[in-house]
Amino acid sequence: MSGRVKADRRLGYLLVAPVLLLLLLVTAYPLVYNLWNSFHEVNLGIANNPEPWVGVHNYSAMFSSSEWVDALWKTAAFTAASVVLETIAALGLALMLHRKFPGRGLLRAAVLIPWAVPTVVSAELWKTMIDPRAGFVDYILGIHTTWLNGVWTSWVAIVVADAWKNVPFMAIILLAGLQVIPNEVYEAARMDGATSWQSFRRMTLPLLKPALSVALIFRTLQAFLVFDVIYILTTGGPGTSTQTLSYLNWRTFLIDTNFGYGGAMSIVLVLIALAIAAVYVRFMRPETT
Amino acid sequence: MATITLEHVTKVYPNGAEAVSDLNLHVEDGEFMILVGPSGCGKTTALRMVAGLEDVTDGNVEVGGRVVNDLSPRERDIAMVFQNYALYPHMTVGENIGFALRLRRLPKAQMQAKVNEAAEILGLTEHLKRKPAQLSGGQRQRVAMGRAIVREPAAFLMDEPLSNLDAKLRVQMRAEVSRIQRRVGVATLYVTHDQTEAMTMGDRVAVMRSGRLQQCDTPQALYDSPINLFVAAFMGSPAMNLYHAQVDAQGATLKLGDRPLALPQRLRGEQTIGAYRGKDIVVGIRPEDLTDAASASGQDGQDRRLEGTVDLIEALGAEKLVHFHIDASRLQSSDARIGLETEADTEGLASGEIGAATMTAGVARVSPASRIKDGEKATFLVATERMHLFDPESGNALSGA
Amino acid sequence: MSAEATREMATSRPLAAEHRRPRRKFPTGWALAREVGFYLLVLIALAISLFPFYWIVRTSLASQSEIARGTEAIGLLPNHLSFKAYSQDFNEAKFLTPLLNSAIVALGATIVTVVVATMAGYALARLPIKGAGAILGFVLIAGFFPVLAMIGPLFLLLKDLKVLDSIYPLIIVYLVYTLPIATWLLRNFFVQMPVELEEAALVDGATRVQALRKVVVPVAVPGVFTAAILSFILAWNDFAFAVSFLSTSNKFTAPLSIVTLSQSAFVTNYSQLDAAVVIVTIPIAVIVLFAQRRIVSGLTAGSFR
Repeated sequence: MSGRVKADRRLGYLLVAPVLLLLLLVTAYPLVYNLWNSFHEVNLGIANNPEPWVGVHNYSAMFSSSEWVDALWKTAAFTAASVVLETIAALGLALMLHRKFPGRGLLRAAVLIPWAVPTVVSAELWKTMIDPRAGFVDYILGIHTTWLNGVWTSWVAIVVADAWKNVPFMAIILLAGLQVIPNEVYEAARMDGATSWQSFRRMTLPLLKPALSVALIFRTLQAFLVFDVIYILTTGGPGTSTQTLSYLNWRTFLIDTNFGYGGAMSIVLVLIALAIAAVYVRFMRPETT
Repeated sequence: MATITLEHVTKVYPNGAEAVSDLNLHVEDGEFMILVGPSGCGKTTALRMVAGLEDVTDGNVEVGGRVVNDLSPRERDIAMVFQNYALYPHMTVGENIGFALRLRRLPKAQMQAKVNEAAEILGLTEHLKRKPAQLSGGQRQRVAMGRAIVREPAAFLMDEPLSNLDAKLRVQMRAEVSRIQRRVGVATLYVTHDQTEAMTMGDRVAVMRSGRLQQCDTPQALYDSPINLFVAAFMGSPAMNLYHAQVDAQGATLKLGDRPLALPQRLRGEQTIGAYRGKDIVVGIRPEDLTDAASASGQDGQDRRLEGTVDLIEALGAEKLVHFHIDASRLQSSDARIGLETEADTEGLASGEIGAATMTAGVARVSPASRIKDGEKATFLVATERMHLFDPESGNALSGA
Repeated sequence: MSAEATREMATSRPLAAEHRRPRRKFPTGWALAREVGFYLLVLIALAISLFPFYWIVRTSLASQSEIARGTEAIGLLPNHLSFKAYSQDFNEAKFLTPLLNSAIVALGATIVTVVVATMAGYALARLPIKGAGAILGFVLIAGFFPVLAMIGPLFLLLKDLKVLDSIYPLIIVYLVYTLPIATWLLRNFFVQMPVELEEAALVDGATRVQALRKVVVPVAVPGVFTAAILSFILAWNDFAFAVSFLSTSNKFTAPLSIVTLSQSAFVTNYSQLDAAVVIVTIPIAVIVLFAQRRIVSGLTAGSFR
């Protein structure tokens, strides 16, 4: 190997070092700290706590706590529902944007804004919209409900607020996937006598798989880890009926100040997230042509 | 002395692929040397090794008399024109041309003078303030050349600079590039896959295949005396007609199908033809060495005739190209494998391709007055003294010692 | 092939397609219904995206008493337009401070991100690093990392370092949002940039570093710009870290401030709240409008290869 290649390699390591160090600092370090805490009793609420080793107590307590298991199911249900709804909507939106029509740029820009604004904005916005007095939803539906007082209605509000913000993002990814499909494929299908629906099912969907899997993996993880919307709309309420895993984790950290228990929760959360990502990677990847 | 020398240069990639094998080449000061060959033959790799953009696995690269293997490109005092021009999109034409001078911290006035001079040689003076995106392909190509010549380097390297231009522009630019090279007078190594460019532009041409140098000589010498089947078939358009034939027991004629053809005098020596007596051989006949027998007077010997059926006639005005095939039934089906390597060159000859596709087909260049009609049988007069013979196994040309 | 070459080749091809474009016929019957249906859907999509914004603007311009009467009473347009909510925000709630805090943090995170990600993106795209694939993989995985899992330990760390109630540590913390996507984006950008540009610079006499400075970086400006915009948006939008670490109101970032507004009083002052929301939304909307093409192409470039 020549000296120049060696010098280039050294330069490469130098340039990559900052990003690695910074990311390790904000991901690996907390992860390790969490792991450590999860095996100890770390609770700021307990004065002069010597932080004793408790083995897997935090974990067993968590798995047997109905609150945690409850949150797990709720989060899973929310994830499934919102991902399915959002994917269908995003696909529709992407198909719309795929077609060239006057005002297409306007639509695309308009649709990007919900994505770009902070989750806080979109959540507060919908909070306003569903308010029985100040809002629009009750007005247009001709009803009078305090959405955030009921369990199902709260979930609906959460799903809507979440979808409004995230469908554009998915749509953009799917749109890019659509644009990569060459036109000739459709023309050949048409010549072979395929209807629009058949063409969609047999040509578009399979060829969209890579884009679909990218969009799905993003959205599934984000939906599973949803926090902002919950905090702003319901703070887990009414009661704990809309408490997702992330929210429960946060509450344990910052309100219960229980960093040992919370640490265990975080570790499990990370593992589940990795598992979800792994599932997608395994099932979606090998199918591309 | 600004020369370029490659001595036993070899390039092996980390994955084991050998791109260039034992290449020996010497370019004289001011000489225009063309490296030609099909895609993947290693010519661009060789060029990049001279530029310093690729490492040399083995051997020496010398520029201006000094070994430059371990020198970075900037220390080699060479200029390069890239296939895609690689113009700096954020700089104007003037800044592009002057970039190297700026790096060397030349005083502004001097730099400007040199840039203006180069621009004038290339006809770019009105474009100096424009950006590359605003130029046409031909203009961009000239800027790329300007960038190279303004540095007054010890050597010029060009990597297929004309291949991105449309056909007409390409023909025009061939003359331009030659003119500029002669004016600048610097050793130039030029890579192309187009054998016409090689024939028309080079002082000398080096033909490469699969990483190996086949033959390096003037264009005419390559044409007249190709050293092997590959060079013979690669240079010249339309390509040389190649057939399987058999040498008779005396070593004085060969049998092509059923017809005898007299062997050229220069190849009748015992050393040359002895090993092939009664054996298979490959014979090559250039299209212009086949003339319409009907127009020649009939006294020529019967050992100079070739008969075939005409498939197609291309009337080009100054001449006619007659595409014909020799009657297959009269040929002995020969599985003689010609000793070419097994990898298929996309524009060259695949192993067995000489055996199959070209076996019975041929092209003849006849005078426009010829009365040959397509679909009919035609008889051609063969200039047998100018035939080429090749060993069927190795592909090497037989040469009169 | 470089963009120039592709464009050049495109222009030398005959413009047959353009000459052959048929004159548009006005569709009739079934086709007309489909066209109308399509544009209807477009309008619906537009409405869903934009109407909520209209609503908060409207609410912000109405007085609190009007809003208390309910939407049925006043309808879609408020009777009196008043900017009281806005002045309330700035004078009483001192909304300017959170805005500045957010700006400082987002800008800081963006600057660090741009510098670090450009270096890393270039190195991963061009330099012979052993394990470049693994490094890129790690960076991407870090982007999927559950932010919530980090809050606990980082809280403890900042508490121990006594910088808990300060906006400056956020600059580093927010890098977990920005670095993965910026690095990935810039790496793809550099991968697509023709290598010949740098090679030409090297042959012209530049050292690697000079080639970087004078050729690579200027050409990379569009990619860097997109990465900067995305980073700014991501950093600005954070809520989870802000709500966990900041406790005094004048240290709040804008998102946190908005939420506090909405949850502090017993009865929410919607007009004031929505005024704050509008204030935060406008700059983002403007940025997106101007940079939407860049953002989209940056996000999706090279994702499916």
